[in-house]
Amino acid sequence: MAGNKYNAGVKEYRETYWMPEYTPKDTDILACFKITPQDGVPREEVAAAVAAESSTGTWTTVWTDLLTDLDYYKGRAYAIEDVPGDDTCFYAFIAYPLDLFEEGSIVNVLTSLVGNVFGFKALRALRLEDIRFPIAYVMTCNGPPQGIQVERDIMNKYGRPMLGCTIKPKLGLSAKNYGRACYEGLRGGLDFTKDDENVNSQPFMRWRHRFDFVMEAIHKAEAETGERKGHYLNVTAPTADEMMKRAEYAKEIGAPIIMHDYLTGGFSANTQLAQWCQNNGMLLHIHRAMHAVLDRNPHHGIHFRVLTKCLRLSGGDHLHSGTVVGKLEGDREATLGWIDIMRESFIKEDRSRGIFFDQDWGAMPGVIPVASGGIHVWHMPALVNIFGDDSVLQFGGGTLGHPWGNAAGAAANRVAVEACVEARNMGRELEKEGKDILNSAAKHSPELKMAMETWKEIKFEFDTVDKLDVAHK
Amino acid sequence: MSDMQDYKSSLSEASSRKFETFSYLPAMTAEQTRVQIEYVVSKGWNPGIEHTEPENAMSNYWYMWKLPMFGETDVDAILAEIENCHKAHPDNHVRLLGFDNFKQSAGASMVIYRGKTV
Repeated sequence: MAGNKYNAGVKEYRETYWMPEYTPKDTDILACFKITPQDGVPREEVAAAVAAESSTGTWTTVWTDLLTDLDYYKGRAYAIEDVPGDDTCFYAFIAYPLDLFEEGSIVNVLTSLVGNVFGFKALRALRLEDIRFPIAYVMTCNGPPQGIQVERDIMNKYGRPMLGCTIKPKLGLSAKNYGRACYEGLRGGLDFTKDDENVNSQPFMRWRHRFDFVMEAIHKAEAETGERKGHYLNVTAPTADEMMKRAEYAKEIGAPIIMHDYLTGGFSANTQLAQWCQNNGMLLHIHRAMHAVLDRNPHHGIHFRVLTKCLRLSGGDHLHSGTVVGKLEGDREATLGWIDIMRESFIKEDRSRGIFFDQDWGAMPGVIPVASGGIHVWHMPALVNIFGDDSVLQFGGGTLGHPWGNAAGAAANRVAVEACVEARNMGRELEKEGKDILNSAAKHSPELKMAMETWKEIKFEFDTVDKLDVAHK
Repeated sequence: MSDMQDYKSSLSEASSRKFETFSYLPAMTAEQTRVQIEYVVSKGWNPGIEHTEPENAMSNYWYMWKLPMFGETDVDAILAEIENCHKAHPDNHVRLLGFDNFKQSAGASMVIYRGKTV
Protein backbone atom coordinates (compact mmCIF):
# COMPACT_ATOMS: atom_id res chain seq x y z
CA MET A 1 0.00 0.00 0.00
CA ALA A 2 1.42 3.34 -1.03
CA GLY A 3 1.75 5.91 1.76
CA ASN A 4 1.09 9.63 1.69
CA LYS A 5 3.52 12.10 0.08
CA TYR A 6 5.20 14.65 2.34
CA ASN A 7 3.95 18.22 1.86
CA ALA A 8 5.61 20.74 4.15
CA GLY A 9 3.61 23.73 5.40
CA VAL A 10 0.65 24.60 7.61
CA LYS A 11 -2.57 22.66 7.10
CA GLU A 12 -5.94 23.59 8.54
CA TYR A 13 -6.49 21.55 11.69
CA ARG A 14 -10.01 20.58 10.70
CA GLU A 15 -8.78 18.59 7.71
CA THR A 16 -7.18 16.14 10.10
CA TYR A 17 -8.75 16.51 13.54
CA TRP A 18 -12.45 17.35 12.97
CA MET A 19 -14.29 14.06 12.57
CA PRO A 20 -18.04 14.50 13.15
CA GLU A 21 -18.65 11.01 11.73
CA TYR A 22 -16.46 9.38 14.41
CA THR A 23 -18.17 7.12 16.96
CA PRO A 24 -16.11 7.07 20.18
CA LYS A 25 -14.87 3.66 21.27
CA ASP A 26 -15.51 2.24 24.74
CA THR A 27 -11.77 2.40 25.35
CA ASP A 28 -11.31 6.05 24.34
CA ILE A 29 -10.65 8.75 26.88
CA LEU A 30 -13.29 11.41 26.17
CA ALA A 31 -13.07 15.05 27.09
CA CYS A 32 -15.53 17.92 26.99
CA PHE A 33 -13.96 21.36 26.67
CA LYS A 34 -15.74 24.69 26.88
CA ILE A 35 -14.04 26.81 24.24
CA THR A 36 -14.15 30.59 23.95
CA PRO A 37 -12.60 31.25 20.52
CA GLN A 38 -11.05 34.43 19.19
CA ASP A 39 -13.43 36.37 16.97
CA GLY A 40 -13.88 35.09 13.44
CA VAL A 41 -12.36 31.62 13.92
CA PRO A 42 -14.85 28.88 12.89
CA ARG A 43 -15.94 26.50 15.68
CA GLU A 44 -14.85 23.35 13.85
CA GLU A 45 -11.38 24.76 13.28
CA VAL A 46 -10.94 25.70 16.95
CA ALA A 47 -12.29 22.38 18.18
CA ALA A 48 -9.94 20.56 15.82
CA ALA A 49 -7.04 22.72 17.01
CA VAL A 50 -7.77 21.79 20.62
CA ALA A 51 -7.89 18.10 19.66
CA ALA A 52 -4.58 18.45 17.83
CA GLU A 53 -2.74 20.44 20.48
CA SER A 54 -3.89 18.12 23.28
CA SER A 55 -2.78 15.02 21.39
CA THR A 56 -0.39 14.47 18.49
CA GLY A 57 -0.35 17.78 16.65
CA THR A 58 1.95 20.72 16.35
CA TRP A 59 1.49 23.93 14.35
CA THR A 60 3.06 22.63 11.15
CA THR A 61 3.34 19.36 9.30
CA VAL A 62 6.63 17.54 9.98
CA TRP A 63 8.16 14.72 7.94
CA THR A 64 8.25 12.37 10.92
CA ASP A 65 4.42 12.44 10.92
CA LEU A 66 4.71 10.01 8.04
CA LEU A 67 6.77 7.49 10.03
CA THR A 68 3.74 6.65 12.16
CA ASP A 69 0.05 5.99 11.83
CA LEU A 70 -1.03 9.45 12.84
CA ASP A 71 -4.63 8.74 11.93
CA TYR A 72 -4.66 6.14 14.69
CA TYR A 73 -2.93 8.18 17.39
CA LYS A 74 -4.61 11.54 16.85
CA GLY A 75 -7.29 13.06 19.10
CA ARG A 76 -10.59 13.48 17.31
CA ALA A 77 -12.99 16.38 17.76
CA TYR A 78 -16.28 14.55 17.15
CA ALA A 79 -19.03 16.91 18.34
CA ILE A 80 -19.82 20.53 19.03
CA GLU A 81 -22.67 21.89 21.15
CA ASP A 82 -23.98 25.28 22.18
CA VAL A 83 -23.47 26.32 25.78
CA PRO A 84 -26.95 27.09 27.15
CA GLY A 85 -27.28 30.76 27.93
CA ASP A 86 -23.84 31.80 26.68
CA ASP A 87 -23.07 32.65 23.04
CA THR A 88 -19.42 33.51 23.63
CA CYS A 89 -18.39 29.87 23.90
CA PHE A 90 -19.29 26.32 22.91
CA TYR A 91 -18.63 22.75 24.02
CA ALA A 92 -16.28 20.58 21.99
CA PHE A 93 -16.13 16.82 22.56
CA ILE A 94 -12.83 15.11 21.84
CA ALA A 95 -11.92 11.41 21.83
CA TYR A 96 -8.38 10.19 22.52
CA PRO A 97 -7.19 6.65 21.85
CA LEU A 98 -6.14 4.86 25.03
CA ASP A 99 -2.56 4.33 23.81
CA LEU A 100 -1.81 8.03 24.17
CA PHE A 101 -1.61 7.72 27.95
CA GLU A 102 0.70 5.88 30.31
CA GLU A 103 -1.16 3.40 32.48
CA GLY A 104 -2.02 4.61 35.98
CA SER A 105 -0.67 8.12 35.36
CA ILE A 106 -2.97 11.03 36.07
CA VAL A 107 0.14 13.14 35.57
CA ASN A 108 0.39 12.01 31.97
CA VAL A 109 -3.33 12.47 31.24
CA LEU A 110 -3.29 16.01 32.56
CA THR A 111 -0.05 16.94 30.85
CA SER A 112 -1.77 16.20 27.53
CA LEU A 113 -5.28 17.40 28.18
CA VAL A 114 -4.51 20.59 30.10
CA GLY A 115 -1.02 21.21 28.78
CA ASN A 116 0.15 23.56 26.03
CA VAL A 117 -3.33 23.73 24.58
CA PHE A 118 -4.43 26.11 27.36
CA GLY A 119 -2.06 28.79 26.11
CA PHE A 120 -3.09 28.43 22.50
CA LYS A 121 -3.52 31.81 20.79
CA ALA A 122 -6.62 30.92 18.75
CA LEU A 123 -8.46 30.61 22.06
CA ARG A 124 -9.54 33.41 24.30
CA ALA A 125 -10.29 30.92 27.06
CA LEU A 126 -10.55 27.18 27.55
CA ARG A 127 -12.09 25.05 30.26
CA LEU A 128 -11.94 21.31 30.71
CA GLU A 129 -15.48 20.50 31.82
CA ASP A 130 -15.38 16.72 32.13
CA ILE A 131 -13.37 13.61 31.27
CA ARG A 132 -14.73 10.12 30.69
CA PHE A 133 -12.12 7.64 31.87
CA PRO A 134 -12.83 4.27 30.26
CA ILE A 135 -12.94 1.34 32.66
CA ALA A 136 -9.88 -0.01 30.82
CA TYR A 137 -7.91 2.99 32.09
CA VAL A 138 -9.55 3.09 35.54
CA MET A 139 -8.32 -0.44 36.20
CA THR A 140 -4.71 0.64 35.66
CA CYS A 141 -4.95 3.14 38.54
CA ASN A 142 -4.49 2.36 42.19
CA GLY A 143 -7.36 4.49 43.44
CA PRO A 144 -8.37 5.21 47.05
CA PRO A 145 -6.11 3.41 49.54
CA GLN A 146 -8.94 1.90 51.59
CA GLY A 147 -12.36 3.14 50.49
CA ILE A 148 -15.53 3.90 52.37
CA GLN A 149 -16.41 0.45 53.67
CA VAL A 150 -12.90 -0.23 54.98
CA GLU A 151 -12.78 3.16 56.67
CA ARG A 152 -16.05 2.42 58.48
CA ASP A 153 -14.60 -0.87 59.71
CA ILE A 154 -11.30 0.71 60.79
CA MET A 155 -13.00 3.56 62.61
CA ASN A 156 -16.06 1.58 63.78
CA LYS A 157 -18.52 4.24 62.55
CA TYR A 158 -21.80 3.02 61.08
CA GLY A 159 -25.15 4.49 60.18
CA ARG A 160 -24.26 8.17 60.38
CA PRO A 161 -21.98 10.81 58.88
CA MET A 162 -18.64 11.15 60.65
CA LEU A 163 -17.72 14.38 62.41
CA GLY A 164 -14.50 16.32 62.07
CA CYS A 165 -13.01 19.62 63.13
CA THR A 166 -10.15 21.65 61.73
CA ILE A 167 -7.99 23.04 64.49
CA LYS A 168 -7.76 26.83 64.62
CA PRO A 169 -6.01 29.21 64.62
CA LYS A 170 -4.54 27.81 61.42
CA LEU A 171 -1.03 28.86 62.35
CA GLY A 172 0.94 29.77 65.41
CA LEU A 173 0.03 27.23 68.10
CA SER A 174 2.73 25.24 69.85
CA ALA A 175 2.50 21.46 69.51
CA LYS A 176 1.34 21.00 73.08
CA ASN A 177 -1.40 23.60 72.87
CA TYR A 178 -2.41 22.20 69.51
CA GLY A 179 -2.75 18.70 70.97
CA ARG A 180 -4.94 20.18 73.71
CA ALA A 181 -7.32 21.60 71.12
CA CYS A 182 -7.52 18.17 69.45
CA TYR A 183 -8.08 16.34 72.71
CA GLU A 184 -10.92 18.65 73.73
CA GLY A 185 -12.69 18.15 70.42
CA LEU A 186 -12.27 14.38 70.43
CA ARG A 187 -13.40 13.84 74.02
CA GLY A 188 -16.51 15.89 73.27
CA GLY A 189 -17.63 13.40 70.63
CA LEU A 190 -15.85 14.11 67.34
CA ASP A 191 -14.51 11.24 65.28
CA PHE A 192 -11.68 13.23 63.72
CA THR A 193 -9.73 16.40 64.15
CA LYS A 194 -7.69 17.83 61.32
CA ASP A 195 -4.49 19.72 60.61
CA ASP A 196 -5.22 22.83 58.66
CA GLU A 197 -3.77 22.61 55.16
CA ASN A 198 -1.01 25.11 55.75
CA VAL A 199 0.15 23.37 58.91
CA ASN A 200 3.19 21.48 57.63
CA SER A 201 6.33 21.90 59.72
CA GLN A 202 6.90 25.51 60.61
CA PRO A 203 9.34 26.91 63.15
CA PHE A 204 6.59 27.42 65.76
CA MET A 205 5.53 23.74 65.56
CA ARG A 206 7.68 21.12 63.87
CA TRP A 207 5.80 18.14 62.49
CA ARG A 208 7.25 15.57 64.82
CA HIS A 209 6.22 17.33 68.01
CA ARG A 210 2.77 17.82 66.60
CA PHE A 211 2.43 14.14 65.73
CA ASP A 212 3.52 13.07 69.23
CA PHE A 213 1.21 15.40 71.14
CA VAL A 214 -1.75 14.68 68.86
CA MET A 215 -1.33 10.92 69.34
CA GLU A 216 -1.51 11.37 73.09
CA ALA A 217 -4.71 13.34 72.57
CA ILE A 218 -6.17 10.50 70.50
CA HIS A 219 -5.22 7.82 73.00
CA LYS A 220 -6.64 9.66 75.94
CA ALA A 221 -9.88 10.59 74.17
CA GLU A 222 -10.34 6.97 73.10
CA ALA A 223 -9.85 5.69 76.63
CA GLU A 224 -12.20 8.32 78.01
CA THR A 225 -15.05 7.91 75.51
CA GLY A 226 -14.65 4.25 74.54
CA GLU A 227 -14.85 5.27 70.87
CA ARG A 228 -12.28 5.25 68.07
CA LYS A 229 -10.70 8.56 67.14
CA GLY A 230 -8.35 9.93 64.55
CA HIS A 231 -6.55 13.09 63.49
CA TYR A 232 -5.53 13.86 59.92
CA LEU A 233 -1.79 14.30 60.33
CA ASN A 234 -0.73 16.48 57.42
CA VAL A 235 2.33 14.95 55.77
CA THR A 236 2.42 17.45 52.88
CA ALA A 237 6.09 18.39 52.59
CA PRO A 238 8.60 20.16 50.36
CA THR A 239 9.89 16.90 48.87
CA ALA A 240 8.38 13.47 48.34
CA ASP A 241 11.13 11.94 50.47
CA GLU A 242 10.26 14.19 53.36
CA MET A 243 6.56 13.44 52.88
CA MET A 244 7.24 9.69 53.09
CA LYS A 245 9.37 10.19 56.22
CA ARG A 246 6.45 11.89 57.96
CA ALA A 247 4.02 9.23 56.76
CA GLU A 248 6.26 6.46 58.10
CA TYR A 249 6.44 8.14 61.49
CA ALA A 250 2.66 8.56 61.63
CA LYS A 251 2.32 4.83 61.04
CA GLU A 252 4.99 4.03 63.62
CA ILE A 253 3.08 5.85 66.37
CA GLY A 254 -0.21 4.20 65.42
CA ALA A 255 -2.09 7.03 63.71
CA PRO A 256 -5.03 5.68 61.67
CA ILE A 257 -5.14 8.49 59.12
CA ILE A 258 -2.81 10.99 57.45
CA MET A 259 -3.43 13.89 55.13
CA HIS A 260 -2.11 15.35 51.89
CA ASP A 261 -2.76 18.41 49.73
CA TYR A 262 -3.01 16.83 46.29
CA LEU A 263 -2.87 19.90 44.06
CA THR A 264 -0.09 21.87 45.73
CA GLY A 265 1.76 18.64 46.58
CA GLY A 266 1.29 17.34 43.07
CA PHE A 267 -0.10 14.17 41.53
CA SER A 268 3.16 12.20 41.53
CA ALA A 269 3.55 12.69 45.25
CA ASN A 270 -0.13 12.02 45.88
CA THR A 271 -0.20 8.79 43.90
CA GLN A 272 2.94 7.57 45.63
CA LEU A 273 1.50 8.37 49.05
CA ALA A 274 -1.84 6.73 48.24
CA GLN A 275 -0.14 3.52 47.18
CA TRP A 276 1.95 3.54 50.33
CA CYS A 277 -1.21 4.06 52.41
CA GLN A 278 -2.83 1.07 50.77
CA ASN A 279 0.18 -1.09 51.51
CA ASN A 280 0.40 0.13 55.09
CA GLY A 281 -3.24 0.10 56.17
CA MET A 282 -3.47 3.87 56.52
CA LEU A 283 -6.41 6.10 55.64
CA LEU A 284 -5.67 9.16 53.51
CA HIS A 285 -7.48 12.48 53.85
CA ILE A 286 -7.11 14.81 50.89
CA HIS A 287 -7.27 18.57 51.01
CA ARG A 288 -7.69 20.62 47.83
CA ALA A 289 -5.82 23.93 48.28
CA MET A 290 -5.42 25.68 44.92
CA HIS A 291 -8.55 24.13 43.42
CA ALA A 292 -10.37 27.47 43.18
CA VAL A 293 -7.51 28.85 41.09
CA LEU A 294 -8.27 26.12 38.57
CA ASP A 295 -12.01 25.64 38.84
CA ARG A 296 -13.71 28.90 39.73
CA ASN A 297 -13.66 30.80 36.44
CA PRO A 298 -16.60 29.50 34.36
CA HIS A 299 -14.71 30.06 31.08
CA HIS A 300 -11.17 28.99 31.87
CA GLY A 301 -9.45 26.25 33.79
CA ILE A 302 -10.48 22.79 34.98
CA HIS A 303 -13.87 22.00 36.46
CA PHE A 304 -13.83 20.50 39.96
CA ARG A 305 -15.62 17.37 38.73
CA VAL A 306 -12.49 16.65 36.66
CA LEU A 307 -10.24 17.28 39.66
CA THR A 308 -12.50 14.91 41.62
CA LYS A 309 -12.09 12.13 39.06
CA CYS A 310 -8.34 12.69 38.99
CA LEU A 311 -8.14 12.38 42.76
CA ARG A 312 -10.21 9.20 42.85
CA LEU A 313 -7.80 7.67 40.34
CA SER A 314 -4.64 9.02 41.99
CA GLY A 315 -5.90 7.94 45.41
CA GLY A 316 -7.46 9.38 48.55
CA ASP A 317 -10.11 8.25 51.03
CA HIS A 318 -11.52 11.69 51.83
CA LEU A 319 -11.84 14.73 49.59
CA HIS A 320 -13.19 18.17 50.38
CA SER A 321 -16.32 18.74 48.35
CA GLY A 322 -17.73 22.07 49.46
CA THR A 323 -20.75 22.26 51.74
CA VAL A 324 -23.48 23.82 49.59
CA VAL A 325 -24.59 25.69 52.73
CA GLY A 326 -21.42 27.20 54.22
CA LYS A 327 -19.08 30.11 53.50
CA LEU A 328 -17.40 28.73 50.37
CA GLU A 329 -18.47 28.58 46.73
CA GLY A 330 -20.46 25.66 45.28
CA ASP A 331 -23.87 25.32 43.72
CA ARG A 332 -26.12 22.56 44.96
CA GLU A 333 -26.77 20.50 41.83
CA ALA A 334 -23.15 20.68 40.69
CA THR A 335 -21.98 19.65 44.16
CA LEU A 336 -24.37 16.69 44.18
CA GLY A 337 -22.85 15.75 40.81
CA TRP A 338 -19.29 15.54 42.04
CA ILE A 339 -20.32 13.89 45.31
CA ASP A 340 -21.74 11.09 43.15
CA ILE A 341 -18.48 11.02 41.20
CA MET A 342 -16.62 10.48 44.48
CA ARG A 343 -18.79 7.75 45.93
CA GLU A 344 -20.77 5.82 43.33
CA SER A 345 -19.64 2.93 41.17
CA PHE A 346 -21.46 4.09 38.02
CA ILE A 347 -22.59 7.66 37.30
CA LYS A 348 -24.85 8.37 34.36
CA GLU A 349 -24.57 11.41 32.14
CA ASP A 350 -26.74 14.11 33.72
CA ARG A 351 -26.51 17.62 32.32
CA SER A 352 -28.69 18.97 35.14
CA ARG A 353 -25.76 18.12 37.43
CA GLY A 354 -23.10 19.12 34.93
CA ILE A 355 -22.09 15.52 34.18
CA PHE A 356 -21.27 15.14 30.49
CA PHE A 357 -20.42 11.44 30.30
CA ASP A 358 -21.34 8.10 31.83
CA GLN A 359 -18.52 7.15 34.19
CA ASP A 360 -17.90 3.55 35.18
CA TRP A 361 -15.54 3.06 38.13
CA GLY A 362 -15.88 -0.72 38.19
CA ALA A 363 -14.40 -2.16 41.36
CA MET A 364 -12.56 1.01 42.35
CA PRO A 365 -13.47 2.04 45.94
CA GLY A 366 -15.19 5.35 46.60
CA VAL A 367 -13.98 8.54 48.24
CA ILE A 368 -15.80 10.09 51.21
CA PRO A 369 -16.81 13.71 50.58
CA VAL A 370 -15.82 16.12 53.33
CA ALA A 371 -18.09 19.10 53.90
CA SER A 372 -16.01 21.78 55.54
CA GLY A 373 -16.01 25.55 55.79
CA GLY A 374 -18.23 27.97 57.66
CA ILE A 375 -20.77 25.46 58.94
CA HIS A 376 -22.37 25.13 62.38
CA VAL A 377 -25.14 23.22 64.14
CA TRP A 378 -27.94 25.06 62.38
CA HIS A 379 -26.66 23.68 59.08
CA MET A 380 -26.75 20.09 60.37
CA PRO A 381 -30.22 19.11 59.08
CA ALA A 382 -29.41 20.30 55.56
CA LEU A 383 -25.96 18.69 55.63
CA VAL A 384 -27.30 15.28 56.70
CA ASN A 385 -29.93 15.51 53.99
CA ILE A 386 -27.53 16.57 51.24
CA PHE A 387 -24.55 14.38 52.08
CA GLY A 388 -26.14 11.30 53.66
CA ASP A 389 -24.19 8.88 55.86
CA ASP A 390 -21.09 8.39 53.72
CA SER A 391 -19.57 11.77 54.49
CA VAL A 392 -17.48 13.69 56.98
CA LEU A 393 -19.10 16.87 58.27
CA GLN A 394 -16.37 19.12 59.46
CA PHE A 395 -16.94 22.04 61.78
CA GLY A 396 -13.95 24.25 62.57
CA GLY A 397 -15.18 27.51 64.04
CA GLY A 398 -18.50 25.70 64.56
CA THR A 399 -16.81 23.51 67.18
CA LEU A 400 -13.99 25.64 68.56
CA GLY A 401 -16.06 28.80 68.73
CA HIS A 402 -18.52 27.38 71.26
CA PRO A 403 -18.64 29.70 74.29
CA TRP A 404 -17.80 26.79 76.62
CA GLY A 405 -14.93 25.44 74.55
CA ASN A 406 -14.15 22.64 72.11
CA ALA A 407 -15.53 19.72 74.09
CA ALA A 408 -18.91 21.40 74.45
CA GLY A 409 -18.82 22.45 70.80
CA ALA A 410 -18.05 18.88 69.77
CA ALA A 411 -20.81 17.46 71.94
CA ALA A 412 -23.29 19.94 70.45
CA ASN A 413 -22.42 18.77 66.94
CA ARG A 414 -22.53 15.11 67.91
CA VAL A 415 -25.95 15.42 69.54
CA ALA A 416 -27.19 17.39 66.54
CA VAL A 417 -25.97 14.86 63.95
CA GLU A 418 -27.42 11.93 65.86
CA ALA A 419 -30.74 13.71 66.31
CA CYS A 420 -30.86 14.43 62.58
CA VAL A 421 -30.04 10.84 61.64
CA GLU A 422 -32.65 9.51 64.04
CA ALA A 423 -35.24 11.90 62.59
CA ARG A 424 -34.32 11.04 59.01
CA ASN A 425 -34.67 7.33 59.76
CA MET A 426 -38.13 8.07 61.15
CA GLY A 427 -39.05 9.56 57.79
CA ARG A 428 -39.02 13.20 58.85
CA GLU A 429 -38.01 15.86 56.31
CA LEU A 430 -34.82 17.34 57.69
CA GLU A 431 -34.68 20.59 55.78
CA LYS A 432 -38.29 21.43 56.61
CA GLU A 433 -38.38 20.24 60.22
CA GLY A 434 -34.78 20.96 61.12
CA LYS A 435 -35.60 23.60 63.69
CA ASP A 436 -37.98 21.32 65.60
CA ILE A 437 -35.56 18.44 65.50
CA LEU A 438 -32.69 20.52 66.88
CA ASN A 439 -34.88 22.21 69.48
CA SER A 440 -36.09 18.95 70.94
CA ALA A 441 -32.57 17.48 70.93
CA ALA A 442 -31.34 20.57 72.78
CA LYS A 443 -33.69 19.81 75.66
CA HIS A 444 -31.30 17.03 76.66
CA SER A 445 -28.11 18.83 75.73
CA PRO A 446 -27.17 22.17 77.26
CA GLU A 447 -24.14 22.21 74.92
CA LEU A 448 -26.38 22.07 71.87
CA LYS A 449 -28.74 24.65 73.30
CA MET A 450 -25.84 27.02 73.85
CA ALA A 451 -24.50 26.40 70.33
CA MET A 452 -27.89 27.18 68.83
CA GLU A 453 -28.04 30.46 70.73
CA THR A 454 -24.52 31.39 69.64
CA TRP A 455 -24.88 30.83 65.90
CA LYS A 456 -28.53 31.43 65.21
CA GLU A 457 -28.00 34.65 63.29
CA ILE A 458 -25.21 33.61 60.93
CA LYS A 459 -26.22 33.24 57.29
CA PHE A 460 -24.31 32.99 54.03
CA GLU A 461 -26.28 34.22 51.08
CA PHE A 462 -23.74 35.33 48.48
CA ASP A 463 -24.51 34.32 44.92
CA THR A 464 -22.44 31.57 43.32
CA VAL A 465 -19.92 32.83 40.75
CA ASP A 466 -19.55 29.55 38.88
CA LYS A 467 -23.06 28.34 38.10
CA LEU A 468 -23.99 25.37 35.97
CA ASP A 469 -24.51 26.25 32.32
CA VAL A 470 -28.26 26.47 32.08
CA ALA A 471 -30.08 29.27 30.33
CA HIS A 472 -29.93 31.95 33.01
CA LYS A 473 -29.63 34.97 30.74
CA MET B 1 -17.47 32.56 83.94
CA SER B 2 -20.34 31.66 86.29
CA ASP B 3 -22.72 30.75 83.48
CA MET B 4 -20.07 28.67 81.72
CA GLN B 5 -20.66 24.97 82.09
CA ASP B 6 -17.91 22.42 82.73
CA TYR B 7 -17.79 19.45 80.35
CA LYS B 8 -18.21 16.44 82.60
CA SER B 9 -16.14 13.64 81.20
CA SER B 10 -13.15 11.78 82.59
CA LEU B 11 -11.32 8.48 82.70
CA SER B 12 -12.59 7.84 86.22
CA GLU B 13 -16.22 8.63 85.43
CA ALA B 14 -17.72 5.51 83.80
CA SER B 15 -20.65 7.42 82.36
CA SER B 16 -18.18 9.13 80.00
CA ARG B 17 -17.93 5.92 78.00
CA LYS B 18 -20.01 6.04 74.81
CA PHE B 19 -20.88 3.41 72.24
CA GLU B 20 -21.05 5.09 68.85
CA THR B 21 -24.21 6.00 66.91
CA PHE B 22 -27.07 7.36 69.04
CA SER B 23 -25.09 7.09 72.28
CA TYR B 24 -25.12 10.89 72.64
CA LEU B 25 -28.93 10.86 72.71
CA PRO B 26 -31.06 9.70 75.64
CA ALA B 27 -31.92 5.97 75.53
CA MET B 28 -34.72 5.41 73.03
CA THR B 29 -38.25 4.57 74.10
CA ALA B 30 -39.80 1.32 72.89
CA GLU B 31 -41.67 3.25 70.21
CA GLN B 32 -38.53 5.06 68.99
CA THR B 33 -36.67 1.74 68.84
CA ARG B 34 -39.44 0.20 66.79
CA VAL B 35 -39.27 3.04 64.24
CA GLN B 36 -35.51 2.61 63.86
CA ILE B 37 -35.94 -1.11 63.27
CA GLU B 38 -38.61 -0.34 60.67
CA TYR B 39 -35.99 1.84 58.94
CA VAL B 40 -33.47 -1.04 58.88
CA VAL B 41 -36.10 -3.34 57.40
CA SER B 42 -37.21 -0.74 54.84
CA LYS B 43 -33.63 -0.46 53.54
CA GLY B 44 -33.53 -4.20 52.88
CA TRP B 45 -30.74 -4.73 55.41
CA ASN B 46 -30.38 -7.97 57.36
CA PRO B 47 -30.86 -7.48 61.08
CA GLY B 48 -28.18 -8.89 63.35
CA ILE B 49 -28.00 -8.83 67.14
CA GLU B 50 -24.72 -8.69 69.08
CA HIS B 51 -23.83 -8.16 72.72
CA THR B 52 -20.76 -7.54 74.85
CA GLU B 53 -19.59 -6.89 78.35
CA PRO B 54 -19.28 -3.08 78.48
CA GLU B 55 -15.58 -3.36 79.36
CA ASN B 56 -14.94 -5.08 76.03
CA ALA B 57 -17.01 -2.75 73.87
CA MET B 58 -13.96 -1.44 71.95
CA SER B 59 -13.50 -4.82 70.27
CA ASN B 60 -14.64 -5.28 66.68
CA TYR B 61 -16.12 -8.61 67.57
CA TRP B 62 -19.00 -8.54 69.99
CA TYR B 63 -20.73 -11.87 70.66
CA MET B 64 -23.25 -12.74 67.98
CA TRP B 65 -26.65 -13.60 69.36
CA LYS B 66 -27.44 -16.55 67.12
CA LEU B 67 -26.95 -15.80 63.42
CA PRO B 68 -28.01 -12.60 61.66
CA MET B 69 -31.73 -12.75 60.88
CA PHE B 70 -31.35 -12.99 57.11
CA GLY B 71 -34.43 -11.89 55.25
CA GLU B 72 -36.38 -11.13 58.44
CA THR B 73 -38.77 -8.22 57.92
CA ASP B 74 -41.10 -8.74 60.90
CA VAL B 75 -40.28 -5.97 63.35
CA ASP B 76 -41.93 -7.85 66.23
CA ALA B 77 -39.79 -10.91 65.59
CA ILE B 78 -36.66 -8.75 65.64
CA LEU B 79 -37.74 -6.99 68.83
CA ALA B 80 -38.47 -10.35 70.47
CA GLU B 81 -35.01 -11.63 69.63
CA ILE B 82 -33.38 -8.45 71.02
CA GLU B 83 -35.41 -9.03 74.17
CA ASN B 84 -34.23 -12.65 74.41
CA CYS B 85 -30.62 -11.55 74.09
CA HIS B 86 -31.09 -8.91 76.77
CA LYS B 87 -32.71 -11.41 79.17
CA ALA B 88 -29.86 -13.84 78.69
CA HIS B 89 -27.23 -11.09 79.18
CA PRO B 90 -28.84 -8.39 81.30
CA ASP B 91 -25.59 -6.56 82.13
CA ASN B 92 -24.32 -6.37 78.56
CA HIS B 93 -24.67 -3.83 75.78
CA VAL B 94 -27.02 -5.25 73.17
CA ARG B 95 -26.84 -3.75 69.70
CA LEU B 96 -28.76 -4.13 66.50
CA LEU B 97 -26.91 -4.05 63.20
CA GLY B 98 -28.38 -3.70 59.73
CA PHE B 99 -26.09 -5.68 57.43
CA ASP B 100 -25.92 -4.28 53.91
CA ASN B 101 -24.61 -7.20 51.87
CA PHE B 102 -24.18 -5.09 48.73
CA LYS B 103 -21.84 -2.64 50.42
CA GLN B 104 -20.40 -5.32 52.73
CA SER B 105 -20.93 -2.93 55.58
CA ALA B 106 -23.44 -2.15 58.26
CA GLY B 107 -25.94 0.50 57.21
CA ALA B 108 -27.03 0.82 60.82
CA SER B 109 -25.57 -0.02 64.20
CA MET B 110 -27.21 1.02 67.45
CA VAL B 111 -27.10 -0.08 71.05
CA ILE B 112 -30.65 -0.91 72.13
CA TYR B 113 -29.94 -2.05 75.69
CA ARG B 114 -27.23 -0.12 77.45
CA GLY B 115 -25.17 -2.09 79.95
CA LYS B 116 -23.49 -0.37 82.86
CA THR B 117 -20.35 1.27 81.48
CA VAL B 118 -17.04 0.84 83.29
